[in-house]
Amino acid sequence: MEALRYAEAIKQIRQRGQAIKLIVQELRDVDAIVDKHKSDRSRLIQILLDVQKKYGWLPKLALIWISERLNVSMAQIYSIATFYKAFSLIPRGRHTIRVCMGTSCKVRGAPELLNNLQRILGIEPGQTTPDGKFTLTTVNCLGCCAISPVLTIDGEYYGHLKLTDVKKILAKYN
Amino acid sequence: MKPIRSPEDLERLRKEILAKREPSKPCITVCVSTGCVAQGSIKLVEAFKAELEKQGLTDRVEVKETGCVGFCEQGPRVTIYPQEIYYFKVKPEDVPEIVSKTVLKNEIVERLLYKDPITGKTAQILEEIPFYKYQLRLLLENNAKINPKNIEDYIAIGGYSALAKALFKMTPEQIIEEVKKSNLRGRGGGGFPTGIKWETTRNAPGEPKYVIVNCDQGDPGAFMDRTVMEGNPHSVLEGLIIGAYAIGAHRGFVYVREEYPIAAENISIAIEQAEEYGLLGGNILGSGFSFNVEVYRGAGAFVSGESSALMTAIEGKVGEPRPKYIHTAVKGLWDKPSCLNNTKTWATIPLIILKGAEWFRNIGTKGSSGTMIFSLVGKVNNTGLVEVPMGITLRDLIFKIGGGIRGGKKFKAVQTGGPSGGFIPEQYLDTPVDFDELTKLGSMMGSGGMIVMDEDACMVDMARYFIDFLLDESCGKCVPCREGLRAMSKILNDICEGKGKDGDIEKIEDLAEVMKEASLCALGRTAVNPVLTSLKYFRNEWEEHIKEKKCQAKACKALINYYIDPEKCQACMLCLRECPAGAVIGGKDQVHWIDQKKCVKCGTCYELCRFGAVVKLTGEPIPPPPMGVKPIRKKK
Repeated sequence: MEALRYAEAIKQIRQRGQAIKLIVQELRDVDAIVDKHKSDRSRLIQILLDVQKKYGWLPKLALIWISERLNVSMAQIYSIATFYKAFSLIPRGRHTIRVCMGTSCKVRGAPELLNNLQRILGIEPGQTTPDGKFTLTTVNCLGCCAISPVLTIDGEYYGHLKLTDVKKILAKYN
Repeated sequence: MKPIRSPEDLERLRKEILAKREPSKPCITVCVSTGCVAQGSIKLVEAFKAELEKQGLTDRVEVKETGCVGFCEQGPRVTIYPQEIYYFKVKPEDVPEIVSKTVLKNEIVERLLYKDPITGKTAQILEEIPFYKYQLRLLLENNAKINPKNIEDYIAIGGYSALAKALFKMTPEQIIEEVKKSNLRGRGGGGFPTGIKWETTRNAPGEPKYVIVNCDQGDPGAFMDRTVMEGNPHSVLEGLIIGAYAIGAHRGFVYVREEYPIAAENISIAIEQAEEYGLLGGNILGSGFSFNVEVYRGAGAFVSGESSALMTAIEGKVGEPRPKYIHTAVKGLWDKPSCLNNTKTWATIPLIILKGAEWFRNIGTKGSSGTMIFSLVGKVNNTGLVEVPMGITLRDLIFKIGGGIRGGKKFKAVQTGGPSGGFIPEQYLDTPVDFDELTKLGSMMGSGGMIVMDEDACMVDMARYFIDFLLDESCGKCVPCREGLRAMSKILNDICEGKGKDGDIEKIEDLAEVMKEASLCALGRTAVNPVLTSLKYFRNEWEEHIKEKKCQAKACKALINYYIDPEKCQACMLCLRECPAGAVIGGKDQVHWIDQKKCVKCGTCYELCRFGAVVKLTGEPIPPPPMGVKPIRKKK
């Protein structure tokens, strides 16, 4: 009995140790990014962009640490994180799909394409599939209007799309 | 590399670079700008390198990754020097043939040349292609020749000689005078005279002064800033340094959209290299003038392209516009005099300094000098970037350069200037394009987006698209824009969904009047342009939507039904298998029909049908299924 309790305690300490290690690592990552930008307060948006790129979202702990390091309020950080489209305050899926909704893509059928994607994935733009595989987002213009309609998955471009191409493209990702 | 410390050293370096290069050495240039990368040009570069290795030609043939020449529709583009042969739509499997035939034996691979769809003629050089025939390429000319990541390529074609001339042979006042005389107007779309802006900042009280490059081209349907920044970042940088010297600024910023990663990367590399060569930093070219540049990335907000909002974003705050009682040229970044110009404006400066204001003024129209880059997209045959002298007519742009409307359909309207611009109908196609003429039509130049629409575009739906776009992008700081757009969006969505009522149009006109007058920044003030021009030129469509619940372009989903014409249906099962809703009823040898209750109107059947049997109906009753609900056998 005593031995069992002892083993349980050891297990718990190990788990906590792991969690602390992760936290420390996260703070170190954020430190490196803040240092790269010389702790310059005017580079706050640039710092958040780098954190977003590293994790695919903005973890709360990272934001608190940035607020400490730069001496800016959490309110200001949240106002930026919620204003710009590039930031996400919740974790994203393994693959991020960005469907371009620029004028040229619109004229050449992007809305139908998006509807098709929504139907296949069963989610709205801004959401992630329950299995954590895809996050669906829209973007207002990727600037490759000549090959519209366009979508990107993890930064990989697909142009000249037809409605029936979507399934084949999604099948390439796991 | 030792920093260059005199204009003579720069010339010496240029000679050295040119001496190292043999003009006769074969060189393969591949476009690695976003448009071609999206079509697989990176793999192409690798394939060329591997093939040259295989044939043992790595030392004899050069492979260069360059910028974009604008014909993205036909990408990936490959150019073979010294003959200067342009190949389009090149795939990795074509690589061995190009190397062994064109590079080694000087033979042409016919099938890769551009082929005119109408005459069937192939074109070996760029000028033979109709798309290029009428262009005058000042800013885009060098994109196919230089590797944007290599400063020596830019120096070899005469780069930075304008900077040397400006620093050593001109005073700041002379430079500003030259820019004023050239009649260069802001290429971001506002068309404000650049020289006057520079002078204002130079004479404004307060130190330090700043210069800023605006590469936050949020306009949907326009991508020329990206192309210039990706393909020739040094030209922008050179213009910026000249401007900084003229204005008296020692710190500059380049603000690039987050959606343009390659552009941000290339300008960052260009800045590093320019510093290494002594063209940036302290004591530039030994002139005693010092200047530093930093790159700031946007984070996805359309309104950040507005000058005061962009400056707020560089300060590290939320990029919302500020009231401009005092111009940003006088009180901008950190409340100091700040001169902000568009990417293309800066890139034009070296040309004006080198060739003179007179030369520049002779291009274009009286009120708008020089060339303008348009992104010709939408329903035209040849889509891409087009650089033409100002004053070309819309008709020439769309039909001569763009090759007319896709699929032989009818032209309906062209939309210029992004969400701040308007729609221009057929009767104005012979209008010469410049800043003032477009404004007269209720549209604007904007950054040069030209989205061509055919008979399949519904003008109410397009107006709704822009209003919804702006509703999404409005920062919400001022009431007229925030609430006006919301109210407009509701009315427009109702009209498109067949819930339009009498009086809706008048309500929209009332809202537009307030927004035009009272919004804080240009986003709100010009937001009504697409709606008002759509109303002005296509009012009958609006009335049809409201009164008859009919959309003649068959674009508004709620007002159309898909229907299979039993006469044309060949019972091929294609749409039946692909229909996501299982709404297509029928079978092998049985004529298909669509169960309207199940149909989600996704358009898959319409896109797939090879016999034109699927049609869209609007404002008319749907014919009953053939023979009631029992499918009939097709007569063989």
